[in-house]
Amino acid sequence: MKTSKLFILILTLTLSVSVFAQRAPVQEPLVFESMLQEDRFNQLTMELRCLVCQNQNLADSDAQLAHDLRAEVHEMLVAGNSDDEIKQFMVERYGDFVLYRPPVQKNTYLLWLAPMALLLIGGVVLRSSVKKRAALLDSSPTE
Amino acid sequence: MNSRIFPLLGFALLIVLLVVGLKIADRKTNLPSPLIDKPVPVFDLPVLASPGQTMSTESLLGKYYLVNFWGSWCVTCRAEHPVVTELAKLNAVYIVGMNFRDESEDAVAWLRRWGDPYDVSLIDYDGRVSIDFGVYAAPETFLVDPTGTIVFKHLGQLTWEVVETEILPRLANMESGS
Repeated sequence: MKTSKLFILILTLTLSVSVFAQRAPVQEPLVFESMLQEDRFNQLTMELRCLVCQNQNLADSDAQLAHDLRAEVHEMLVAGNSDDEIKQFMVERYGDFVLYRPPVQKNTYLLWLAPMALLLIGGVVLRSSVKKRAALLDSSPTE
Repeated sequence: MNSRIFPLLGFALLIVLLVVGLKIADRKTNLPSPLIDKPVPVFDLPVLASPGQTMSTESLLGKYYLVNFWGSWCVTCRAEHPVVTELAKLNAVYIVGMNFRDESEDAVAWLRRWGDPYDVSLIDYDGRVSIDFGVYAAPETFLVDPTGTIVFKHLGQLTWEVVETEILPRLANMESGS
């Protein structure tokens, strides 16, 4: 127990050093023109991935890149870009991986269709086994 | 009978999925850049050595060049520095050092301390250009061909193996082709 705590402490310290070494992010609060715009900002940053942390979205992450990308999203919103344009901007630079909700396209058909296919297969298997049992019950001699 | 084999098959399938998943997870740290085969992002940035001067994408047209994103805050950049230096010695390709999200004094001090392998260093102070390049970790290295198209990208520390297997052959192709 004690060693694991020590390990975590060391890990935290070493990691924090590399973070502090980078230029401190400019942390001005973002100003929005309307509630609607702020909602869109929140929605977008929830759906865009922070690429350095990979399993966090832009809204949650405190990485330098996330700061910069949030600023970018904010700026594009204020400039009047649509949500799709902003997502397109990110995809052009970082690839589909930046999107938490993968687009339906050739290389994601399996991803989108597999659950439905599995459900269908399950249904077929269930149906056939239910029928088999029903047939078994019917044919069994009644006393 | 069937009823015995089906669960076993299902289990085997899950194992296969697990292995495939792990393989893919391994690859996730080196995602293909959507910028490959696309024109290099347009930039016009101040030169580190003489900040009054700028250098643009346009002025780099006509030759192969390497864009190496680095910062004095980046530990891995220090680790790959000897490889960049070795490559520079070959004089095989023009190397642009892209100093991003860094203070220029720190950058100059870093280059003075470890040596300057770059043909030119540009300042991307706020990281704007790095976003256009889709950079998300430092160092990242891009190879641009004479038409201004990105032909190769390497994420993370540049190794001599990458130089030999990915960068130099692409340059040799150009020579034999022309």
